Amino acid sequence: MSTANEHGYQTFKLGSFTFRRDEYFAHIGWTTRAGKPMSHTMDAGNFLRALMRDVAWGFFYGWVNFDNVVGTVNHYESVDLYAGAYNGTMKEAGVDLLENFPTAEIRATFEAMLDDWTNAVFDPFAAPQETGTPYGRKNGSNTAKITRARELAKRCVGLKDDLALRTDERGAPVNRAFADVPQEQPELHPEPGFENEVHAFNLFGFLSRSQVTWNPSFTSVVKHSYMCPTTEEHILPIIHGNDRVEWFFQMTDEIHWDCGDKNTGKPLARVIMKAGDMAAMPAYCRHQGYSPKRSMLLVWENGSPSLVYEIQRGESPEVPVQF
Amino acid sequence: MTAVAYQTKFGSLDRYEKGGVQAISDDVKNYAFSNCFEIASRSQPYERVVFGQNQIYVLECMRAEGQSPWFTCAHDEFALVMDGDIEIHLVKLGAAQTVPDAEKNGAILVEGAPQGARMGWMRLRRGHQALLPKNTAYQFRSAQPGVVILQTCKGDLSVERWAQICQTA
Repeated sequence: MSTANEHGYQTFKLGSFTFRRDEYFAHIGWTTRAGKPMSHTMDAGNFLRALMRDVAWGFFYGWVNFDNVVGTVNHYESVDLYAGAYNGTMKEAGVDLLENFPTAEIRATFEAMLDDWTNAVFDPFAAPQETGTPYGRKNGSNTAKITRARELAKRCVGLKDDLALRTDERGAPVNRAFADVPQEQPELHPEPGFENEVHAFNLFGFLSRSQVTWNPSFTSVVKHSYMCPTTEEHILPIIHGNDRVEWFFQMTDEIHWDCGDKNTGKPLARVIMKAGDMAAMPAYCRHQGYSPKRSMLLVWENGSPSLVYEIQRGESPEVPVQF
Repeated sequence: MTAVAYQTKFGSLDRYEKGGVQAISDDVKNYAFSNCFEIASRSQPYERVVFGQNQIYVLECMRAEGQSPWFTCAHDEFALVMDGDIEIHLVKLGAAQTVPDAEKNGAILVEGAPQGARMGWMRLRRGHQALLPKNTAYQFRSAQPGVVILQTCKGDLSVERWAQICQTA
C-alpha cells in the first residue's frame, strides 16, 4: 500500500493490478501479456457496492463481475482477479489479464481498499435512497457498516441457539418500502416439552426488517439446501456468473433480470419475475437484476461442496431440468 | 415532505400476475419458469409438485385444501405459506412409524394413524414459515384453498410435470 493520493485515498496493488480512486471514479490498471498498459474506469459508488458484496460474500459462488470488464472467480481456496478475461471483445483482442491469488491475500487487499475508499456517509450495502454520497475526497470511514456479517441460520431462524428474529430493539426496524407488511408472528401451540420443535416464524416480517440490499441470509437449512432470502432494491451491484444452477423464487413485487453468456457476456435472455414466479439461472449464464421497488427474493442455493466440481466433470447438468 | 407510501405486491390464488422469459439467444426452457399460484390452481390438494430442483434438493408447490394425509420424513423440511390460513399439526412418531432408512430423501405417507405424543400445532398465514422436524408426522388443515412451498429433498411423493408448469416458448 502506498501513501494517500491528492484525493486522500490510498492506492492499492495486487499482483499486476493497480487500484486508484479519485472523487468520482475507481481506476483499475494492468499490463497485458504483450506488455501493453491498459486501464478501466468505474463509477466509485458502483465499484464500492460491488466490492462490498465480493468481500461480504467471501467471493461467492463463481464469478463476481464488477461490470463487464473486471471481477473475480472463486476457486474456494484461491481467487482469480481478472480484467477483460470474460469480455468477448477484450479477450479476442488479447488485452485481458487474469491472475490467481490465495484467498487470504486478495481478501486482505479488498477489505483494506473497501475500508479506505468508503467515506463516513456512504453505506455500500444500502439502497441508493437510503445512504449518502460515495463521491468526493476522503472524508472519514464507515467501518461498522462495511463489516456487517451475513446472517446465517444453522437450522431455522428463531430456534433456540440459532439466528434470532429481527426487531426494533436489535436495530432492525421495518424498512420504508415494507411498511405494509404484516408483522404478526404465527400462532404456536406447542405441548409441553416441544417448544423448540413446534416452531414457525414470519419470514416476510423478518425480511421487511432487512437493513441491506442484495445480500442473502440463510433462514432455513435442509442438508446442503439453503433458503437464502434477501431484499432487493435498485440494481444488483454485480453481474453474478454461475458455477452452478441457481434458483430464484420471487416472493413479492418484481425483478427484471438480464442474462448473458458467462464467458463472453453475449445476451441470452431477459427474465421478468413477479410475485409467485420461479425461475432458474443456468450454470452457463451471468445475470444482473433490477428491482424497481424493494422486493423479497428467495435465492435457493445448493451449497454442496462437491457440486461445482461435478458440473466441471460433466456429472451434473448446467441446466436446471430437461423436459 | 410527505413520505412515499409503498405498496408491497403479493400474489394469491385469486390474484396473481405472471412474468416470463424473453428469449434473446437461448432456449426459454433452460430457465424453468413457472408460478406457484398457477401451479396450485391446477393441482390436486396436497400434491407435491416440484417446481425447483437442484440435484437431490427440491422446492415443492402444494395446494392446501381440506385435510392432508399425515406425512413424515427422515430429514427436516420447511413449509412456507404463500396464500391462505393453514394449520399444521405435529405428532412425535415412535420407531415403528419413522422412516426406516435415516438417509432416505423426501417425504412419505405415514402408514395408518400416527402413533405418538401430540407435539402441538401451528397456525400460519401468508409469509409464515414452519419447521417440519424430522421423524415427526405432520398434517396440514386448511378450510379454504391455500398455497404452501416445501423445502425438502426429492422423494417418493414428489410430482414432476415440468412441461405442464414451465414456459416452453
